[in-house]
Parts: sequence; C-alpha cells; structure tokens
Amino acid sequence: MDLVSVTELRAARERADLALAPGETVLAGGTWLFSEPQPVTGLVDLTTLGWPDWEELPGTLRIGATCTVERVLHAPWGPAAGLVRQCADAFLMSVKVQHVATVGGNVCLALPAAAAVSLASALDATALVWTPDGGERREPVTTFVTGAGTTTLRPGEVLRAIDVPATALTLPHAFRRASLTRHGRSSAVVIGSGDRLVVTASTTRPVVLDRHDLETGLAAIDCWYDDPHGPTDWRAHVTGVLAREVAAELAA
Amino acid sequence: MRVNGRSVDANPGPGQCLRTFLREAGHLEVKKGCDTGDCGACSVLVDGAPVHSCLYPAARGVGREVTTVAGLGAPGDLHPVQQDFLAAGGFQCGFCTAGWVVTAAGVGPVDDVERTFKGNLCRCTGYRSIRDALAGSGNTTAQGGFGDSVRPPAAERVVTGTEPFTLDLPDTGVLHMALLQSPHAHARITRVDASRAAAAPGVRLVLTHHDVPEVLYSTGRHESRLDDPDDTRMLDDVVRFRGQRVAAVVADSVAEAQRAVALVDVEYDVLPAAFDPETARLPGAPLLHGDKSAEDSRIADPGRNVVAATHGEVGDVEAGLAAAAATVAGTWWTSRVTHASLETHGARGWLDEDGRLVVRTSTQVPFLVRDELAHVLGLAPDRVRVVAARVGGGFGGKQEMLVEDLVGLAVLRLGRPVQLELTREQQFTLAPCRHPMRVSVTAGADADGVLTALAVDVLSDTGAYGNHAVGVLFHGCHESVAVYRCPNKRVDGEAVYTNHVPSGAFRGYGLGQVIFAIESALDELARELGLSPVELRRRNVVRPGDPFVVNGAPTPDLDYGSYGLDQCLDLVETALARGDGEPAPEGWAVGEGMAVAMIATIPPRGHHATASVTLHADGTAEVAVGSAEFGNGSATVHVQLVAEELGIAPDAVRLRSSDTDATAYDTGAYGSTGSVVAGMAVADAARAVCAAVGEGAPLPVTRSAEHHGTPRSVAFNVHGVRVAVDRQTGELRVLRSVHAVDAGVVINPEQLRGQVEGGVAQGYGSALYEEMLVGEGEVLTRSFRHYRVPQLGDVPPTEVLFADTHDALGPRGAKSMSEAPYNPVAPAVANAVRDALGVRPHELPMSRDRLWRLATTHPEELA
Repeated sequence: MDLVSVTELRAARERADLALAPGETVLAGGTWLFSEPQPVTGLVDLTTLGWPDWEELPGTLRIGATCTVERVLHAPWGPAAGLVRQCADAFLMSVKVQHVATVGGNVCLALPAAAAVSLASALDATALVWTPDGGERREPVTTFVTGAGTTTLRPGEVLRAIDVPATALTLPHAFRRASLTRHGRSSAVVIGSGDRLVVTASTTRPVVLDRHDLETGLAAIDCWYDDPHGPTDWRAHVTGVLAREVAAELAA
Repeated sequence: MRVNGRSVDANPGPGQCLRTFLREAGHLEVKKGCDTGDCGACSVLVDGAPVHSCLYPAARGVGREVTTVAGLGAPGDLHPVQQDFLAAGGFQCGFCTAGWVVTAAGVGPVDDVERTFKGNLCRCTGYRSIRDALAGSGNTTAQGGFGDSVRPPAAERVVTGTEPFTLDLPDTGVLHMALLQSPHAHARITRVDASRAAAAPGVRLVLTHHDVPEVLYSTGRHESRLDDPDDTRMLDDVVRFRGQRVAAVVADSVAEAQRAVALVDVEYDVLPAAFDPETARLPGAPLLHGDKSAEDSRIADPGRNVVAATHGEVGDVEAGLAAAAATVAGTWWTSRVTHASLETHGARGWLDEDGRLVVRTSTQVPFLVRDELAHVLGLAPDRVRVVAARVGGGFGGKQEMLVEDLVGLAVLRLGRPVQLELTREQQFTLAPCRHPMRVSVTAGADADGVLTALAVDVLSDTGAYGNHAVGVLFHGCHESVAVYRCPNKRVDGEAVYTNHVPSGAFRGYGLGQVIFAIESALDELARELGLSPVELRRRNVVRPGDPFVVNGAPTPDLDYGSYGLDQCLDLVETALARGDGEPAPEGWAVGEGMAVAMIATIPPRGHHATASVTLHADGTAEVAVGSAEFGNGSATVHVQLVAEELGIAPDAVRLRSSDTDATAYDTGAYGSTGSVVAGMAVADAARAVCAAVGEGAPLPVTRSAEHHGTPRSVAFNVHGVRVAVDRQTGELRVLRSVHAVDAGVVINPEQLRGQVEGGVAQGYGSALYEEMLVGEGEVLTRSFRHYRVPQLGDVPPTEVLFADTHDALGPRGAKSMSEAPYNPVAPAVANAVRDALGVRPHELPMSRDRLWRLATTHPEELA
C-alpha cells in the first residue's frame, strides 16, 4: 500500500548514508514495510549499497542482509540446501514476495514465524551489526531476537549480514513445521541440527534445546506465543510432538 | 519505467507502491484485493518475475520492464495462459483473475501449484476450475445452447483484465474520501472539531455528524425498506462499535485525505458496552438503541437490545419428547466470518449534465440503493441514478449501502466527482460480517426413527446495527426447520444488539448457522437409534405435498415446483459407500458424515424483475435486465435463455444490466434470484418477441416481461464427506467430498458446478479455518494474513452430482443454486469428526487446535 506519510526516499550509496534523520527508517525489500501503515516520513533504501548476496569467508558463509529469499536459495549451502529450501517454503508469503523480501529484513522484523530467524538460529548463525559510530558488533541470532517483533538493534544500528558457520552446514539436520492451514503462517517450527534443536514460531523468541535432554528443555520453555495463528496450549503440545520427531530422526 | 513495452513517464511518490502508480498511469487491469501482499490480485511481472505490486516500491520500478495482464494478451489475441483460463472457465467474478494469469505466466509450468499459488486467493471458484486452467484442461465452449457449458459473455475481457469493475475509471478530476473510525466500542461524541483537517493541504470537505441528514435508515437493503430497522445515521453522535464511521474527509488525493483524517479532533464520553449477546438481553445491560422508538425504528424491544424475535410452537413439544424412544440435546456456536469478496466496497459519484446524482458502486442491488439514497438524501428517486459495473464478488456483502451515502452527500455538497474505496482492513472493521449464532437443539424420535419433537433456540448476534438482523433470523430458522416433518416443533429466536461490528447478509442468510446445529443434533439422534444418518433423513424429510412448517402456520407461497431431495440422499450415500478417495494417513482417525439443506428458490414477500428483449433485423438481440453480475453467472444464463428462445447463437446476444437508467426495475441479485426471477422475466420477454415475430411484426421487435418472485420453489443440497484426523496435532484431511444438488434442469453444467464448488469451498473455510477474532469489541484479525481465507491447497476436490428434476416454477425447469451449497458443509464435516473421534464438535471453525482439544477429551467426560 502507499505509505502516505513518507515524503522522502533516499538511496543509500555508502555507509555514511545510513545516518537516519528523525522519522526515517531503513527500507530493504519493503514487503513488510509496504504491507501496513507506517508512522515514518522517510525511507533509506539499503538495496542500493551493493552488498553481495553472499560471500564465502574462511569458515563462514556470509549472507548479505539485502539478499532476497529467492536468491539465498542459490547460495553454496552444501548439504544444508534442503533445509534452506524447507525454510523458504515455510514463509507464509508466496514466491512473489520471496522475489523481493530480504533475509535481513525478515530477521529484523523478528516475527515468531520469521523463517529466516528459524534458519539462522538453527544453523547457529551470528548477526553482524553495523553500529552508528562506524564500528560493528556480532551477536548470535538466537539472542539478537528478543521477543515477538523485538531485537537488540539500537537506534542507528543496521543489520549488515548473517554469518553462518561452515561447520553447521554439514551437521545432520531435520525440519518439522505445524500451522493451522497447510501453507499458512507457521505456528511451530522445530529444526534440529546436530545436537541442537531450535524452536521458533511457537515461542516469542528462538529457544535452543539439547537433543539429549529434550523433555527438560521443553518443560522449561516460558515464552509460548499466542496470536491468531494458534493458542499457546496447542502450540506447546505440537512443539513437543515435532521436537520428538526431530530428535528421533536425528537419532536414527 | 516501461510498462507493457511502452515508456511511462515515471515520477512515483517516495512512499508510493507500484500498484497505485500503475493505476494512476491508466493500468486499471491491476486490481486491489488487499493491498498487503496476501491475495495476489495486483500481481505484475517486474523484469519477468511476478511480484505483488502493492508491496513493491514504485520508485524501484524506474528503469525496469513491468508487464501487466493486459500486456500479456488482448481480446482476440490471448496469451496461452489467458486462453487456458478462458477455456477452463477459471473464474467467476473475475476480480482475482488478472493476478492468477500474471503469476502463472511468470512462473511457467510448476509441479507444486499449491505452494506456488499460495499468494493468490480466489473466493468464488473453490479453485477446481483454476487448477484446470493451470493444467490446461478446458471445460467451456464459445458456442452452444441451453444446457451447454457456454462461457460468460465477458470471458475474454476478464482474462485480459479489460473488463471494467466498479472503480476502473480514469482518475482525472476525482476527489477522494477517507474515513475516521471510532476507537471506542460505545461512546458519545461530546466535541468534534474539523478545523485542522479542513485546513490541511488538498482538503475540500470534512463531514461529521453535524453535517449529515437526521434520517435514520439501515445499511441492509431489501425489496421493502421496512424489512430492516431504521437504526443507523450516516454519521452519528453516538458510536456503537469500534470502527464505526465518525468523520469523512474529501481531498484531492487519497493520501491527502488519509493524512487529514488524523487531524479531525474528537472527544468522546465513553459509555458501558455490551459484548455478550446472552447478557445484553438482561436487565441493566447497556442499551445500544434505547433512545429509539420500537414502532418508528421497527426494533422488537429496544429496552432489551432485541431487534427481532420469533417464538412459537406447533403441536406439543413436551409431549413429543416424552413419547420419544430417544432424545438428544446440545448447543452449537458459529463464528464471525467475512465475505472476503476480492473487490472491496467502493463507489464513485458525480453529477450528470442535468445535475442528477450518479453513483457507480459495487452493489448487488442498484435499484434498492437508488431508492434508499434518494430517501436519505431527500431527493426524488428519479434524481438519482445508480450503476453497477461487473462486481468483484458479493456473497451477500453487497446487499448493503455502506459507501454510497457518504459519496452521494459529498458529491451534492461539492458538485464534483468523489470516490470512496474501502481498505481491506475496513472490510473487517467496518463492513458487516456473518451473524455469529448460538443455537440449541432438542430433538426426539420414536423407535422407528420418526421425529416426535424438534425444538430450536437461536440467539443471533447482530452487532451494533440491525441490518439484515430480522431477515437472517427468520430465514435461518425457516428452511432448516421446515425441511423436517414433525408434528411437534418449537422455535425461539432472538437477534440481539451488541457493541460489535455489525453482522449482515452472508451466503445462506442464517441457514448455515442453524443447519449446523440441527444437522449435528439429528446425526446424534441417528446414532442413538442405531440408524444411518441418511436413513434418519429419509424417514423425516418433507415430501411433495407436505406443508412447510416452522413454528406457526405453514408458509403460503412456497411449493414443490420439483423435488429431488430423495435423489440427493441416494447419490451421496452411494458415492460415499464406494469407499474411494484419498487413503488415510497411518494412525489417523477416520470418519464419515453427511448433512442436508433445503432453500427456497426466492426470498419471501416479493422480488421483482422486468426485462426487455429486442431482436434486430441483423439477427442479433439485446437484453436489458436490472440485475448485477458479481460472479453468480446470471449474465451467462440470461444470454443463454435469450439465445435458446430466439434460436440464435449466444454471441449474437448483447446484455445491458444493472443500471437504474438503462434498464427497468429489478429488486436485485440476492437470495439466489439471478436465474429464477430475472431469468424468468428474460425468458418470458424473449418468448414474447418470438410470438410477435410469428405474428408478422416487423424487426426490430422489443418486448418486456416481468416476474414478481412468487410462487416459490425449493432446492436441495446434500453434502457427504470422509475425513481423517490426526489426534496428535488436530490436523484434518478431507479424504472424500461429495455434494449432490437438486437445481432442476441444468442451464450451464460447468457454471453450476462452479457455483457449487465455490459454495462448498466457502463452507470448508467456515467449517475449518475462518474466524474473525474480536476482543473487547475490537476486530483483531484485520487482514488476509491473519484471517484464513482458504488457499488453493486448502480446498479438497468435491464431486458434484446433479439430481434429475424439472421445476414447474423456474425458467425452462431450472432452479436457483448459488448460496445453498455452502449450508450443509460444516455440519457434514462435524458429523464426520464425531464419527472419527467419538466426540462431537460444537463450535466453528473446527480449527486444528480445537480438534486437538476435542481429540484429547475423553468421551466419558462428555457423557
């Protein structure tokens, strides 16, 4: 929809352009920003910064924050390519949105059902954040996302990339998902990778469980999420079902 | 930017999306369904890749190649995908079609259509014909007569995006309206100051309750305006639901109007609110319309929040229950459901050369809107003209006057064209929804399974206003109860005001809610008696000659023009007994269920149509009829009827419709009347032309005919289903779905099948997925992202079977069949769930979380 209060759109060309004036916000794919009325007066387009979609660094696969969901499928995921495809399919939004929506935007939006959060958390990825003083900081995605729609991003900070450890790509993995309709918004997602299980969608933030102490971990979850896509009692139950399936698959 | 190969002078606004930019540039084939990226109606290709243009920053399109549906092909020169949608008949209203065609053309052949097209919603078809289009299989013919699957007259224009819908008009010189909505469920406006808004850039007019007529009316429209209570003011100084219109701002652009809305200063005195329809009737409850007169406003009991009531008994229910070998009792609840027509409500008004008010609007009832607009605005009816173009879906939702009143007033005040287009969010927060109901049923039968008593108690939540409250209550309790022969019947029903978004007309018009309860109760009764559910129906449904009885005297003008309920029961029973369909996943609980629905072919108390047919010397004909086409297929039927009577090809028939100037009076397209009222008038007019020609009248010959909606016949639907339920997660899969209809002689098999499939799909939506959540009067599900309209992958295939009957009252033996298929779906599914799990569902939708809770309930706890 038209964002009627927006009076300026700036294309960022260099890092200095990311200093935001009052009322400005950054624009990546725009697929969420343009889906609701926004109380902003200016947009700063990140997609003109020319960040590579991905970079193969020593021991790390770096996914640029502006890489679209559709393009990220083509990154060198190796044995994890199937998991990435499952996560892309877990997006509520269609392939038409995936052509435009970005990985970084999905992580920063930090919805419980955000599929990029599920993927990055499961692969033990790190958020690379540009700080307004010209520096940068790193934080695991599992703690970067603090709740439904909230992150540790402070004013002026911009998510630059998601760094995925190469070791995570070769771990055995398993994926399970539940929703109220077949292709609807995720109500619970459990991804196992090695000995870690990560719960998203049914919890307000990613929850990491130990595959070998699953029941204790499930019982300790204190952030079940409630919204029109499922009440907490059902989500908690289904998460347990999915988690046990994931654990069984990884143990097989 | 290049659009469809042509350079466009591109200077989009900084916050503008590609959708509005393209429409401003004249590309009206790009539709707005949701504006949030959920429905896909606005899909376009950007550099060959399909995107939702409502989510795509227009500025990012500069320098790129954009292709709309009209750029893919044109009438006479169709793109292969457009040809496939044409041949398959892959649309009904056609508002979503551009998006499907563009997406399909953009992605090419795919294996997983359910995943690929989850970003495209269709509310009309139930998706089977769209699947056929995507698979390249044809279902329709360009030529053919009565009884053939002739394609709609507008088909080529629909698949190319060139058929104009309501607001597909150039934007030049038009002012735009935006609405301020109430933040409170119940409040008195103590002060409203529009001065800041009026002074804002581009603003031409601000309307508040100080500026509108004192006239009370109802948004619900019927042949008689006395059918609905006069309880609504255009803008009121008391607001009765969150989302109610408080002020309207008219400005040069939508953006300026929306910005200025925030500048209207309003102070409220918040009042106690009533949210529970049970307690809203009790002494001490806050009264919504206690200030109004029962007589003048036609409200049953304003002092008790009761807008309509029926209480009555035939025979002796207590004695019947006492004599019964088995009795059952239970209470069932249905949820709020939105129509989800892909085209939102919208209207544009202007003054013609004679200074008459012209309103082009998305309505099922142009003549009724004209008459009420004249009433509210204090004009003579002949000073108002109402026109409907092709309407983008109705389902009852467009049997309301929701935008035309404010548009009309603004046009009269400003003398300039004014347009109001509701947002999708406003469709949830402001436009009426389906009446949620609580229905209690007690039934008894003797040892042979013959009903001895049937008692029904209905509580209907009409929300803040009583539009359709009366009709929905009475209709809901009518055919649902009258379809059963039982000497002892009691029906108590009340429709109650609460401080919720108003309820209104919705496909089935109350029947679905009451049928859900009665058919569930009778299923349980059959279990108690050890009878099959079909056999119990056979022993109790009405047969030709039986009177139609609810809780008083039999309905006078309802008759058995034909009767195919027995065939429908046999057809469904046989189909389910074949045991075919999808296999159940291992370990899942499996069950079967069925339910029956009857519907009168025409609403009671008069439904009028006048049609005229002209045969020209060149062998072509023209038919003028007032009813609107909104995906119901009446345009196709009217053309087929004329072609058949005159012995000419369907493409030699031109249709003019839904214009209060260009056609004679028509009550409108509701109550499934497009074929049986307007269609009768059309067929009679065509026959009169034939007769005149036979008597040697020189061409052109024009003849008119009328139909007044009486006597009325009855049509029948039986739905059968086999389901599997995963007790662990509550997931339900439909393994087999079969639906038998008694629609009399079939005028157009593909179109009838499509109507049935669409109604069944909507039924599955209400049964399994759809629910408007509200909290303290606030609608919490305000978009298709959070309200689950079934996607392509959510609707199982349904086998549609036709009973072989010939109706004595309908056109060439046909009966209506549009809303009815919706009605028996939810109870059939509920009965199948009961069969599978051993526990009966009492609440819709039967969402996965509810089914999981049901599956984990121990049956003994319920005993």
